[in-house]
Amino acid sequence: MRYAETGFNLEIDLTRGSIERVVTDPIDTELYLGGLGTNAKILWDRVPPEVEAFSPENLLIFGTGILCGTPAPGCNRTIVSTISPQTKLMAFSMMGGFWAPELKYAGYDKVILRGKSPELVYLWINNDKVEIRDASHLKGKGSVETAELLRQELNEPKAQVAAIGLAGENRVFYASIEQGRSSSSRGGIGAVMGDKGVKAIVVRGTQDINVSNPVKYFDLCNEVLEFIKFREKNPIPGVIPILAVLGSPQEMAIHDEKWHTENFMWGNARLRRKGFWTEDVSDEWKKTMDTMRTRLISCYNCPMKCGATITPPGQPTYMMKCFSKLTYTMAAMSNLEFGLRIAQVATEYGVDGYSAPQAMAFALELYENNILTDKDLPDMPSDNEGRFYYLLDKIVKRDGIGDALANGTYWAAKEIDKGAEEYAHNNIKKHEQLPLKLSMLNPIYFLMYSTGAKMNITQIEGQFPQAPFPELKDREEFVKDWFQVPDEKFKQYFLDWEPRGEKSIPYYPTVEMCCDIVDWQEKMHYIDDALGMCAGLSSFHHKPPYHIHNLPKFISYGAGMEMDEDKISFAAKRYRTLIRAFNMRRGLKRKDEKPPADHWKKRFPELEKELLDSYYKYKGWDNEGVPTKESLHELGLDYVIEDLQQRNLLSEIEETPAKETSANI
Amino acid sequence: MKSEKKTIKSIRIDVDKCNGCRACEVICSAFHAAPKYSSNNPARSRIRVIHDALADIYVPVYAGEYAVAECAGRDKYTIDGKEYDECAFCRASCPSRDLFKEPDSGLPLKCDMCASDPTLEKPLCVQWCLNEALIFEEREEEVEEEESQSELEIGLESLAHKYGLNEMKEIIAKMSASKKG
Repeated sequence: MRYAETGFNLEIDLTRGSIERVVTDPIDTELYLGGLGTNAKILWDRVPPEVEAFSPENLLIFGTGILCGTPAPGCNRTIVSTISPQTKLMAFSMMGGFWAPELKYAGYDKVILRGKSPELVYLWINNDKVEIRDASHLKGKGSVETAELLRQELNEPKAQVAAIGLAGENRVFYASIEQGRSSSSRGGIGAVMGDKGVKAIVVRGTQDINVSNPVKYFDLCNEVLEFIKFREKNPIPGVIPILAVLGSPQEMAIHDEKWHTENFMWGNARLRRKGFWTEDVSDEWKKTMDTMRTRLISCYNCPMKCGATITPPGQPTYMMKCFSKLTYTMAAMSNLEFGLRIAQVATEYGVDGYSAPQAMAFALELYENNILTDKDLPDMPSDNEGRFYYLLDKIVKRDGIGDALANGTYWAAKEIDKGAEEYAHNNIKKHEQLPLKLSMLNPIYFLMYSTGAKMNITQIEGQFPQAPFPELKDREEFVKDWFQVPDEKFKQYFLDWEPRGEKSIPYYPTVEMCCDIVDWQEKMHYIDDALGMCAGLSSFHHKPPYHIHNLPKFISYGAGMEMDEDKISFAAKRYRTLIRAFNMRRGLKRKDEKPPADHWKKRFPELEKELLDSYYKYKGWDNEGVPTKESLHELGLDYVIEDLQQRNLLSEIEETPAKETSANI
Repeated sequence: MKSEKKTIKSIRIDVDKCNGCRACEVICSAFHAAPKYSSNNPARSRIRVIHDALADIYVPVYAGEYAVAECAGRDKYTIDGKEYDECAFCRASCPSRDLFKEPDSGLPLKCDMCASDPTLEKPLCVQWCLNEALIFEEREEEVEEEESQSELEIGLESLAHKYGLNEMKEIIAKMSASKKG
């Protein structure tokens, strides 16, 4: 008997129209846990580097976390993995909501799509009955609209729907997959779904999910709930509002946006507006929120309230999550009312809330600098808000200049040329980033930005405070109940960290400490992504209810696999390294591993080199960033060694450095 | 008839506080699994959140009596501009909907306030609802004392209901006479 997981995947070949229910190997679960881990293994095995995002051979995998569907609070994420059309590397974007648990109750751990359907279709997974159905009547429909139509058509109000909008159908490189209050947005995963000709996946399940040690599992869940209650009554002092409490974050509930609006950049990630958050702005935005927000909502089995039902007067209702609240507002230099209104249109179209506004702000900057002209942007309105709606339409329909912009700022700049590349300044590995421009290099963030395979800072940061606390007594207070640390040394790192002087950034935390910190931060995200745990109750936060000490127990008592801190860390390292190898095999290079050039004003090339050298070594990678033979062997990834050797990617470690032996006197 | 004090257990539901997470469904079905907490499945839950996200309707309803037949309740209620089906407030396990029935057997489900030994402080759906949309209430009510009926009494009463008391008397008289003889 399999616990927590169902032990079955659905394999769907869209070209042939075949559907198979495949038994999975429990050994893979032990080695790669589930969710992202087993997704990565499947992609490694079946998608060679020659396969492009839009090849029929590309796979689109909807993987549930191994603990999704068990009573673990907030464990509801679907990890969608494929090849990104934009970065050409592995994309893995997670969505919360209700879809993953529903798939588990239907009896499956993953849905694996391959091939391409000649006609637009949707999938209807109703327990044991799985059908590929015609979706021609849904062509061009919005993602929210599609979900509603399908629930009505199937007469299944309880079904969960993951759907693409027009952006996905038209293969916009930052198209999302929308699912009610959540979405899988980063990396253009929606474009791959559109390319495969799949409009939506509808799921309904009414079967049991088992756990192996019921009473102990129940106790663990209760401890998490107790901690959530504790944190709500005792916010963490000294940190920004969204990090003082839990959530992913609870952007819809928190009104105070002083930190985001004054520290993040406006427009095309250019302008910092110190002093923006006045009382008038605060009042106006609060009024907007109160008028449009009908309810604070959550994902499956989670007491948080990170999302909201938004009804802009005169527009359809939609559900908004997280930081899309501000991205359109800030890119268009507008206000919250505009942001919430355009997000409704963008959600129906199904686009990433980070990349889409940036592509539009980028286009307007090109226009202001005469690189794009009225000829490229015929009949464009004169106001900023109007222009954003105009550009969103053009992009989603791939109309005129929108066709280039739909590929993201990196590729658009190449196509537009005429110096446009200078304006595509906020990318990492061809992917748009949060609009942050700061002064002094932060060595921890340098490593996270450079090496993070998710290419999204919120998907690697967490656990360790973002900045030092000025007063020692506050730091002492902070470490007092910091039981989540994997090792006591992290407390000392933080206690000694000063805003100024010898022990301040960029040279403190030291290179060695930075490696420890970043590795811990990344590891927690990778564990979450295998378990299906929301980062908002776990990896993203300081002192969260889920941590390295209780997560292994959740696996032991839930999935019935012997697990401890070392074993879970080792498994996470295994699939993290596999993803690394996968991306190196697809052409990722050390030179690509860098933050946007203007991310910090004060840079330290030598220190940065040392950081990267040391971190690569720490991770078991060679100086080019390729996992070494030794580390692959240690992780049991000998099949990767063989493959990398065939491709001449593996450097042979020599006992004696070549230089010394070359002296030929 | 004498009256006595009885403890009534109920759940007060504040639909405005529901965030739609369905933790109540998860933990209810886990509690009622055999062995306890060994599995969960919202389709088996004795509490369900009747919801329509875009219409902002979230009504947690916990299972009540089994109803053999459908009722005539097809009315609509508009409250604060939102239109609710009458069914949205009904606790019955009835033929007109798939709520509160075991998914495999179709047998009706009914909330037992998590009856267990030792008694829980509150039903688990209430404990797991951190947003306090579900509040457990206990109150004392004066109720008419009912003498508990024996099995024989229940049986006889149903026979009397069917054949009439007089006919039963005659039969019993005949039976006693034949025994004597």
